[in-house]
Amino acid sequence: MRYLRPLLVPIAAVLAGLLLLMLGLAVLGYDAPLALGALWRGAFGSWYAFGSATLVRAVPLILIGLGLAVAFRAGGLNIGAEGQFTVGAVGATWMAMQVGGWPGPVAIVAVALTGCLAGVIWIAVPIWLRLRFGVLEVISTLLLNFVAEAVVSFMVHGPLQEASRIYPQSDPIPAAARLPVLPGSRLHLGLLVVLVLGLIFWILFTRSAWGFRLRAVGESPRASWVSGRIDAPRVLALALAISGGLAGLAGAFEVSGVTYALYANLSPGYGFTAIAVALIARLHPLGVIVAGLGFGALEAGAAGMQREAGVPAVAVYVVQAVIIVVALLSVSRARLLRADAGG
Amino acid sequence: MDPIIGFVAAAIRIATPLTWAALGEVLAERAGVINLSVEGAMLAGCLAAALVASSTGDPWAGVAAAMLAGGAVAAAFAAIAIWARTDQIIAGTAVTLASIGLTGMWYRQAAHGTTGGLSVPTFSPANVPGLEAIPGLGPALFRQPWLTYLAMLAALGMAWYLFRTTSGLRLRAVGELASAARAAGVAVRWRQTAAVIIGGVFAGIGGATLVLAQVGAFTERMTAGRGFIAIAIVVLGRWHPLGALVAAGCFGAATALQFAFQAMGLAVPYQVFLMLPYLLALVALTGVVGRARAPAGLGRSV
Amino acid sequence: MTPVLELAGIGKRYGSVQALDGADFVLAPGEIHALLGENGAGKSTLMQIAFGLVMPDSGTIRIRGETVRLAGPRDAKARGLGMVHQHFTSVPAMTVRENLWLAAGQVRHPVGSPPASASTSDRLDRTRARLWQGLDPAVRAEDLGVGGKQRLEILQALATDASVLLLDEPTGLLTHEESTELLQLLREFADQGGAVVLITHKLAEALAVADRVTVLRRGEVVWSGAVAEQTASTLAAAMLGSGAGLEERSEVSAQTGDIVVQVSGVAVRAGEIVGVAAVEGNGEWELLRRIAGVVPRAAADVVMPPVAFIPGDRTTEGLIPGFSLTENLVLGQLGRWTRRGWIDWRGAAERTEYLLGAHDVRAPGADVPARTLSGGNQQKLILARALDLAPRVVVAENPTRGLDFQAAAAVHARLRSAAAEGAGVLVYSTDLDEVLELASRIVVVHRGVVLPVPEATTREQLGRLMLEGAG
Repeated sequence: MRYLRPLLVPIAAVLAGLLLLMLGLAVLGYDAPLALGALWRGAFGSWYAFGSATLVRAVPLILIGLGLAVAFRAGGLNIGAEGQFTVGAVGATWMAMQVGGWPGPVAIVAVALTGCLAGVIWIAVPIWLRLRFGVLEVISTLLLNFVAEAVVSFMVHGPLQEASRIYPQSDPIPAAARLPVLPGSRLHLGLLVVLVLGLIFWILFTRSAWGFRLRAVGESPRASWVSGRIDAPRVLALALAISGGLAGLAGAFEVSGVTYALYANLSPGYGFTAIAVALIARLHPLGVIVAGLGFGALEAGAAGMQREAGVPAVAVYVVQAVIIVVALLSVSRARLLRADAGG
Repeated sequence: MDPIIGFVAAAIRIATPLTWAALGEVLAERAGVINLSVEGAMLAGCLAAALVASSTGDPWAGVAAAMLAGGAVAAAFAAIAIWARTDQIIAGTAVTLASIGLTGMWYRQAAHGTTGGLSVPTFSPANVPGLEAIPGLGPALFRQPWLTYLAMLAALGMAWYLFRTTSGLRLRAVGELASAARAAGVAVRWRQTAAVIIGGVFAGIGGATLVLAQVGAFTERMTAGRGFIAIAIVVLGRWHPLGALVAAGCFGAATALQFAFQAMGLAVPYQVFLMLPYLLALVALTGVVGRARAPAGLGRSV
Repeated sequence: MTPVLELAGIGKRYGSVQALDGADFVLAPGEIHALLGENGAGKSTLMQIAFGLVMPDSGTIRIRGETVRLAGPRDAKARGLGMVHQHFTSVPAMTVRENLWLAAGQVRHPVGSPPASASTSDRLDRTRARLWQGLDPAVRAEDLGVGGKQRLEILQALATDASVLLLDEPTGLLTHEESTELLQLLREFADQGGAVVLITHKLAEALAVADRVTVLRRGEVVWSGAVAEQTASTLAAAMLGSGAGLEERSEVSAQTGDIVVQVSGVAVRAGEIVGVAAVEGNGEWELLRRIAGVVPRAAADVVMPPVAFIPGDRTTEGLIPGFSLTENLVLGQLGRWTRRGWIDWRGAAERTEYLLGAHDVRAPGADVPARTLSGGNQQKLILARALDLAPRVVVAENPTRGLDFQAAAAVHARLRSAAAEGAGVLVYSTDLDEVLELASRIVVVHRGVVLPVPEATTREQLGRLMLEGAG
């Protein structure tokens, strides 16, 4: 039972979210049971639905969610993962265009690392602003999301636009730069990378001194310094950089594993959904994997719901919202209890 | 039409919904609440305005409905963020997500059976007699819908409220140092709640403006991040209503420039102009140029 | 004459701590009434109850003879009370004028600017006019000096036309001149018919300015009466209880060894306890933290590692309340439990269990969050963690603040045994008596300068040194 308790809140949250969605659909006159069935079939109904829709959507969510778990643990509120994802995709596309003749593994790694680096560079600005001027990263990362949108728009209208110059999108990236795919599906190698990363972070969080410093700084930068001589700004900066890097990597994977081309609005809001993923997982890496799969399923199911039941795909945002709110409320209650005991 | 007049008129038209939303955000942030649900409140305002204006045929009824809808979304945010003391950023994101989902569901059902969506009555420009004839900028500035003039008046009124009235003084004290406001006998959470809800009403009007004075229809997620832009505007406008008015103008101009270039067939990378206001807001945040500080208590649960 | 404020049988309990136990307090018009007591004696809580900030568990409040129930400070203000808190309550980003308008509850209220004619006979206006000297209504509160901020606080308290002022340690951050002027001002305010409660732990202040004194000790009123017949010794005896007289400080004649600290005029030898005496805000904080290595040291500083630091604030600096006891141990001994970047959690947990027993820390286990421990046990844990590393230098700030008597005695015993085992110990406390009791030698810090204190210095001489510096 002890091991099941952390799962109670997430399960209750998901159920509450689905229930509210059904209620809303019924009130508005939709066929709620049909919609629920379509949601299920869209996410888990077939191997194709699970492997090519749910899992493919889960990859960026888990990847960004892991990065956010690192940042949030250190107290860094990065809400600019959407922008870091976008510039990661831009960087990866640019690199992919250079590596056409390279051997496959090298090309793939080069593309991934470029995306990662682009994400780090994108969050370096908020990190610098925070350390140098005390600008809250919440606002600066949010602002940079819009700048990233303009960057990608510029790229697909300019330097990276397809040779025929018709649509605002890049040419397909060369085969060498594409991630290997499980035959018969759209599931790419990124999933494996993501699962391994999740395990690594789990071990680092629980066993390493770095993981401990991260959490100490998130709880109390002051006590970390005075009692532990932990350099809080450095720990925070690194944590934010990791979150930016992983979001950038997610952008790279999206291009090299899913779309094979760059265009605007590549992300359907992965950067924001991943906040919910990290939160509902209580910043636990294995939880992030489970929550990422769950949210990936929701997104995949939403498409099915729209196809089969005529319910707009955005309806699943209601479920996501309820899940976030339940997660928030359960955390804040714990915080209040702590305050009571301490006073 | 003279391209420059066209450009200024377009800039103002684009800036108007942003101004309303930003004014609402100024109020909330001055009370110490960073409200990301403003995007959701705006979107709810869009839908309410479209539905009610199309069924009554009266755009003003649409505005009234949008005010209610925006206020309701903000009230939901206030309940979660202020009264349950949760993280404001994340609570605001959640409420916005819920708004996107609900408006999408609602609209699909309401528009069911109609062909090509609802027919929404719109505001026509209200020309200001005399001024509109001023050569040059007269036609650009004074042939705007009523909601534009009202936005300017609202900015003036809010500046007066915040800096000249007792209630405004108390509101600012809440945002700066809640403990001091409490010591001065202010009901801190209630005042924050009021500021957030009235801010939501403003955002709702912003949504109504978008539907009734610009687009003339509702589409899913039609605000497309304008609520978040409003937050950037507040930063660039230094948490001052008149600053927000000017900053919204900058954002409007940046977008209008894009259309102007496209219309003129110029191959200028207009995206540079699109990013410019955000970069300016970032610079403003550093405080390198003048004193631009967020209210000291911004984002903290009280 | 009807008392302006009467508190009868006030009781207040916080968790397991009885902050106030049947406390009585009477304030007559025209008097300055000093409320004396050590830190944690319940002085502030009693006045917060009088001002409606804290609800008492029992007892009655009467204002000008009328029994009242105060639902909040607003009720107290409406009845002519004003309070100056220990910490500043002005809004830093607002101007002096705006802060006063806020306090008065009305913009463009006349309190926002100096009274037009200072020679008016009105008591409040005369007090106000003196407070306004050197204040500019258009300056932001954050740009004022400490003295200016304190004047603003009092103006705020008077903004609702208070005739009863409650001041909580108002001179703590002021210079000697500023304090003297403030006390004079309060005297005038009282002479003209106002009434003042002065919360303080400074005996000299009470003796100098108060008409009557009430002494609190551990939540109970132990003495109350006119100040005229009293001396520092009798009041101190009342404050500290019997057997804790001023002159009885224990002579610690420890075997001292090599110099382990040599920082800007402070030298500490192994085996001795050096007490740092200072009026808060004289640079003692920086000095201690420099020695502890929490703020950067100067090139010439000599401090023998390892150094243990006991910060003054347990829950924001000494511990992470949400972390388990083991995690808090690791926080303070990160290097010891880290091997190639990995933490030896099992070893750390075993060590924590051992230390809990060895240092008599009462906790259900090593894996409970630190916040569940009482203040005394938290402090014992911090000490255990620090001394576990066999430090050559121990720096302690207010090591017993907020602790009950037993816990404080245990902390003192630990510091003494650390010195006996060869560490050089440096102790600072806002409670001078604690410094006197613990230290084998004392230095004074005055305006950032370290002054040596000769062996035979009396308490009064010491106090003068702290307030006025050398000469």
